[in-house]
Amino acid sequence: MSLPADKKKVSIVCFSGDFDKMVAAFTIATGAAATNREVTMFFTFWGLNALKKKKGRVATGKSIMARAFNFLIGGLNNLPLSRLNFFGASPILMTSMMKKHNVASLPELVEAAHALGIRIVACEMAMHILEVEKSDMIEEVQDVAGVATFLNESENAHIIFI
Amino acid sequence: MKHFLDITRETCPMTFVKVKLKLARMDKGEQLEVLLNAGEPLENVPRSCEEQGFKVLSNEATDDNKHLLLIEK
Repeated sequence: MSLPADKKKVSIVCFSGDFDKMVAAFTIATGAAATNREVTMFFTFWGLNALKKKKGRVATGKSIMARAFNFLIGGLNNLPLSRLNFFGASPILMTSMMKKHNVASLPELVEAAHALGIRIVACEMAMHILEVEKSDMIEEVQDVAGVATFLNESENAHIIFI
Repeated sequence: MKHFLDITRETCPMTFVKVKLKLARMDKGEQLEVLLNAGEPLENVPRSCEEQGFKVLSNEATDDNKHLLLIEK
């Protein structure tokens, strides 16, 4: 898709793998893309969990430590609430409250982000640490990149860190 | 061809996200009728459409504080 040179840009660093913060990140991202902005979402550290192909708890990686970490933190379905998580019960309750008030759920927001053509980039360094391969992640991950690439692509963009 | 979209049960950002996605699937020159609530959707949907170069042909208030917007791609 060709973009005019003066198109407004928003880059969102998704560092936190918290459920509520991920909802905020995808809300801003989809809202920005729908209002004609070029959006890049850069997923690093705990944020990478939202990009895993397997959305539950899977022992991904080669070393015992990485496999244990990946199993314990899980995928999109296991993101904890940043406060009052109550051992994972709160994200389920929060999702039902969101549904009750006609607010889009996290999977709906993620789907909308893909439909809007939001650029999804995974952090190479975090992938190395957690031993997550590109093949372990959803097909919509367009690039695996480092901070220099992210900063180059985000020149003249609003950068939001969540 | 005229398309129709009811976003009265949607909340931000899905109000203008759904309009954007619907317009993306339409051909140039086609029209989209959008039923929306007053307030945030009424402020943002016409504005975001015009920013993207689409024409807002009409904006009529209906019953129950709703509005019917006609947009041409």
